[in-house]
Amino acid sequence: MDIKMLKEENKIFKNLYNEQGWELENALKRNDWLDTKKIIDKGRDWIINEIKASELRGRGGAGFSTGLKWSFAPKKVGSRPHYLVINADESEPGTCKDRDILRFEPQKLIEGCLIASYAVNAKVCYVYIRGEYLNEGKRLQEAIDEAYSKNLIGKNACNSGWDLDIYIHYGAGAYICGEETALLESLEGNKGQPRLKPPFPALVGLYGCPTIVNNVETIAVVPTILRRGAKWFASMGRPKNTGTKIFCISGNVNTPCNVEEEMGIPLKELIEKHGGGVIGGWKNLQAVIPGGSSMPMVPKDICETLKMDFDSLVEVKSGLGTAGVVVINKDEDIVKCMARIARFYKHESCGQCTPCREGAGWMWRILERTVKGEATHKDIDLLTDVTKQIEGHTICAFGEGSAWPVQGLLRHFRKDIDKRCFSEPIIKKKRKIPYLIDQHKLESKDA
Amino acid sequence: MSLKKIHDNQPDKFEFTKANLELADKILKKYPSNQKKSAIMPLLYLVQNQNENWIPLAAMKYIGKFLSMPYINVYEIATFYSMYNLAPVGKYFVQVCTTSPCALRGANKLVDICKEKISNNQNELSQNKLCSWTEVECLGACINAPMMQVNEDYYEDLDETNTKKILNSFLEDKPLKPGSYRNRNNSAPEKNQILTNGHKNA
Repeated sequence: MDIKMLKEENKIFKNLYNEQGWELENALKRNDWLDTKKIIDKGRDWIINEIKASELRGRGGAGFSTGLKWSFAPKKVGSRPHYLVINADESEPGTCKDRDILRFEPQKLIEGCLIASYAVNAKVCYVYIRGEYLNEGKRLQEAIDEAYSKNLIGKNACNSGWDLDIYIHYGAGAYICGEETALLESLEGNKGQPRLKPPFPALVGLYGCPTIVNNVETIAVVPTILRRGAKWFASMGRPKNTGTKIFCISGNVNTPCNVEEEMGIPLKELIEKHGGGVIGGWKNLQAVIPGGSSMPMVPKDICETLKMDFDSLVEVKSGLGTAGVVVINKDEDIVKCMARIARFYKHESCGQCTPCREGAGWMWRILERTVKGEATHKDIDLLTDVTKQIEGHTICAFGEGSAWPVQGLLRHFRKDIDKRCFSEPIIKKKRKIPYLIDQHKLESKDA
Repeated sequence: MSLKKIHDNQPDKFEFTKANLELADKILKKYPSNQKKSAIMPLLYLVQNQNENWIPLAAMKYIGKFLSMPYINVYEIATFYSMYNLAPVGKYFVQVCTTSPCALRGANKLVDICKEKISNNQNELSQNKLCSWTEVECLGACINAPMMQVNEDYYEDLDETNTKKILNSFLEDKPLKPGSYRNRNNSAPEKNQILTNGHKNA
């Protein structure tokens, strides 16, 4: 196999494993905060156009064009102040890239905050970190304090004439707060339940003011793009899927790791080269979840040729999501694995929309029955139906996130599942399961 | 949403200590002056820190007054988010991640060890009242699976022997230090693991 790794010089996160030290002095050696003033002096329009030209897509999962998002913010500040909110509520199973940025590359994030705040006219920036990342938050606070003391942020940051304050806000263990409007609700001191869109946060967001919400990785790559030019960034990957991305390889691989690679790297290469191969060899691969738990899995035959970027994955009815690659080999029970993911969604549903609140638990119960071999063929059809009823009928994308993995399982492993449904319909056996069916119907023939 | 139970024995009164009052004022300054409500989440953390890692009802009332918001709103927040403990937990609160990426690497064995060492049920104090454990959803350290969080710290790359050692250290009140238990450099790939192909965790 022809393996070409991302060149060291093209890596954006050079300290992903903390080999060089995270402190400000070390970050300066890695060219952080180099000529930030010059970048800001070029003006808002230049920054936004440059980011648009680089075709940077949001790294938080949805893959929306970052430059376009920034351009939605009102050009002039009216009666309401603007806010920049950084989404560091990283809770997607299989993803842990933001944690390493917070720990080892905090200055990149802070510099990105300054540039992005300037571009969208914000003078206050909140970083919403998940509550479990307390130590990572402390590290970021230290880095922020260091930046304040060198006047890199604060009043007249970097002598650019722009003021910026950065505050950290901790979440408290709710996955749904990674959804941008739920995050804003949580930041306002409410339960984290998503809002209806439109209006989009860019116009009505935090405290009813224009707010831009971006993922940690998105913001952290901005300074490097502006420094080295949009052309450099766009030269990597392929059109519309440009640049580099941190991939998190976990599950049944020999060396699970975080690695920065070029967009569009073949999945096989990613697993073999960086993940150290599947445990038991490539032939032992069963399926891969390519982008965090909410993206549908892809089976081995597709994995052979799959390229890891937004559009290639959409073509195989999956998605890049957060690029959390979870490898599942043939030693594992795939249905059990999916049942566990369904349980995750059942636990994390915020309870606002009925299809998701009830459906997530329903899917989990059916999958648990399937694992035990107690499901019937009809159950599986019902499961398909339930996933369709959740998808698209909820306020936020959590509905899709919970339904898609199950749909992916059914699409690719239906035959295996059917083999496990040897159990007779419950009604014929007259088993007493009162919460499932009415008792009096047990008597009738085909209730 | 997780099920949450309010503790039976509630203290009558709760007040911030002087040091915490100062901290609370600092927290309030982070948010616009007309948006005091935003400070509720950090303040509840402050309560938890002061009150042995759990939040009594009296504290919720106190916070409500502190931020001039209805008590029920505070109650709503405290019950919605899973990291607010509404009943006492051990001095060492062990949270085992059991979501799929960890489960693939053997997190269920960690759960069995917790059951054996600490207590049969989740959220139950161990015999010497020092530890309690619970299963949690993804803690965002999937690369270092299986792992567990004890109070604030992550214990990563565990296996059965390590977990037993770590849990024993808590039960003896001499905690071992957090981090990777395979001497890994953070989230970098381990070179030596490729050679021993076929390695399985836990």
